[in-house]
Amino acid sequence: MTDFVNFALYHAWLIPALPFLAFVLIVFGLRRHEKAAAATAISLTGISFLLALGVAGAVFSRPELVEKPLVYSARWFSMAGLSVEMGCLIDGTSAMMLFVVTLISTLVMIYSTGYMHGDEGFTRFFAYLSLFAASMLGLVIATNFLQLFVFWELVGLCSYLLIGYYYYKVSAREAAKKAFMTTRVGDFGLLVGIVLIQTFLGTMDFVELSGKLPAFAKEAPVLLTTIGFLVFIGPIGKSGQFPLHVWLPDAMEGPSPVSALIHAATMVVAGVYLVARAFTMFSVAPEAQHFVAYLGGFTAFFAASIALTQREMKRILAYSTISQLGYMIMALGVGSLTASMFHLMTHAYFKALMFLAAGSALHALHGKADIFEMGGLYRKMPWTAAFMVIGAIAIAGIPPFAGFWSKDEILVMTKLHGFTGLYYLASVTAFMTAFYMFRMVFTAFFGKENPENHPHESPVSMLVPMGVLAVLSVVGGLVGAPFVAKGFGYWVRYGAYHHPEFHADVAGISVLLALLGIALAWTIYGAKKVAAKDLAAKAGFLYTLSYNKYYIDELFQWINRVFADGTGKILYWVDLYIVDGIVNGLARLTAFAGERFRYVQNGQVQHYALVFFASVVFIILLSGLLGVTTAGVQSGGVAG
Amino acid sequence: MTIGLEHYLAVGAMLFCIGLYGVLTKRNAVAVLMGIELMLNSVNINLVAFNRFVAPADFVGQLFAVFVIVVAAAEVAVGLALVISIYRLRDSIHVDDLNLLKW
Repeated sequence: MTDFVNFALYHAWLIPALPFLAFVLIVFGLRRHEKAAAATAISLTGISFLLALGVAGAVFSRPELVEKPLVYSARWFSMAGLSVEMGCLIDGTSAMMLFVVTLISTLVMIYSTGYMHGDEGFTRFFAYLSLFAASMLGLVIATNFLQLFVFWELVGLCSYLLIGYYYYKVSAREAAKKAFMTTRVGDFGLLVGIVLIQTFLGTMDFVELSGKLPAFAKEAPVLLTTIGFLVFIGPIGKSGQFPLHVWLPDAMEGPSPVSALIHAATMVVAGVYLVARAFTMFSVAPEAQHFVAYLGGFTAFFAASIALTQREMKRILAYSTISQLGYMIMALGVGSLTASMFHLMTHAYFKALMFLAAGSALHALHGKADIFEMGGLYRKMPWTAAFMVIGAIAIAGIPPFAGFWSKDEILVMTKLHGFTGLYYLASVTAFMTAFYMFRMVFTAFFGKENPENHPHESPVSMLVPMGVLAVLSVVGGLVGAPFVAKGFGYWVRYGAYHHPEFHADVAGISVLLALLGIALAWTIYGAKKVAAKDLAAKAGFLYTLSYNKYYIDELFQWINRVFADGTGKILYWVDLYIVDGIVNGLARLTAFAGERFRYVQNGQVQHYALVFFASVVFIILLSGLLGVTTAGVQSGGVAG
Repeated sequence: MTIGLEHYLAVGAMLFCIGLYGVLTKRNAVAVLMGIELMLNSVNINLVAFNRFVAPADFVGQLFAVFVIVVAAAEVAVGLALVISIYRLRDSIHVDDLNLLKW
């Protein structure tokens, strides 16, 4: 047992390498063999999961790793003043992430064997999933910013491939492009930040940086804050923070397992993880850190307010993801790595569960997405409905479900660190979260059945992964509960260990708000005591604003149209009339000259001779006029 | 008045211009060849005159003149052969008609 744990600890690079191997095998050998491809992807990712368990076990057996991460790396390339390494950094945080990512990836792959059954791109799908998992795992064990950035981009590429999986659908292609380009905006900021770090601090290594940063913060606080802001632009794009969140809801165009993977394990949490890895930097750049906190808090509230009025099931879940990512970012901003990572983990459980359940429902309804066209699904799909309810309770924050403990931790930390405004905002968001989640649950899974629908329960291959996640959504939060002696916060932390305290007021208020939200949702959508339409009409302006997502997309469209297209038009004009004008003008001049001069070439040798002799006479006359002496000519030049 | 170098040169120049005029204006190929002969002979006069007045000890100028005469004879032989062959082909030695290579 200890042998395996040590092996896993010192061969952690295998964890991303195995899914990558699966990708290579599927692409180059198993394209036509669906069963073999799925088996390869699942088994290799499963082995990664076992290795991740081993790494976690190693961290548990060596508590010193939490303070002093184990790093081993190999040189990738080096030149004067720059040495880049690739390697593994193992501490509590990365071990937790390895566990979560491999777990969710494996479960999603198992689920996909049922969900994607009969799809013509079955093997392609598994190849992409494997590559996606591999990229994210490589990102998790990154020892330096550049390695992280490389895998960060790979994650972006895979999300592009998977969102655009149904490439024959225009909307999917558009969504894929939107996701890629929106996150590219963030990646650019991140890259500039990384270059600045290398330039001014001389290293990109996380461990070295944590040693150098405190001194640097005293020397050049403004520069460090700038770097902090720039680096944070990356997570804004990747983790869907305001205002670059627009790609995330559209990313629902991909198959549902992809949504689960993107939202729970691989794509969006990369941004949160980056901030966590750069936590040493943010903790000495207070302005940047406060910005992180407030942007996170705002995003949480903002996205929740949009989710209140959306009609498509996966879209509601997407906005709830943005909102929950806002919580995680906010937790990092207020200075609690533990709370953020804890919420990341529990969120991965219940959000993956909810997306898989939503996928199950959509699968049964052949892609009908509007929750108001569903209704009463629990009769035909009891398991899916139960899983969705479990997920909804977990995200709403009802004890003892997973979401309660992590959300409570965030709220407590926000309050304790003096961000009272954010604490209120986050509490209101918790209320809204409970409301919109149960709005969806009551509308889609309870109430009257829609006679047009003929749903059926999903196959076992889809139910089992959901079952595992459902169990974790219920009990997964207990590892960080205040009554556990050396719980989650002991292993995943930055700085000294604070035992989580139980604050009855914070917990009480958040639970009360969540229950209120559920009760309100029941009144409106369950018991239908108040007609939703009347409410929408009463709050007309706000309803329209929320339903249209605050017109952020339209704003971007407008910016695009005015600035990007405007510049494009100007450049197009320049190209058409100036650049092309010069080129075509030259060609036309040549053609014109040829047209005229061809009469000179008349084939009359006597004519040529005449021109020849006339020219000689002309040159002689000219040299006579210019005073060229015979001596000059004799000496071989006209310059004399 | 003594006959000097300039006189010879003037005769040469005049002969050259007459020959040139013939080459440029005549439409009959044989006349063009005759013009060329005149031009060659004007050069011969120059060569011999320079030899006589500038470097009387050398024979290089005269040698060149003889050489030019030999080349001119060969040239006429080839030229007239061409003219005859063209005449046989096209029934004409009018240079304006020889326009096969024209665009």
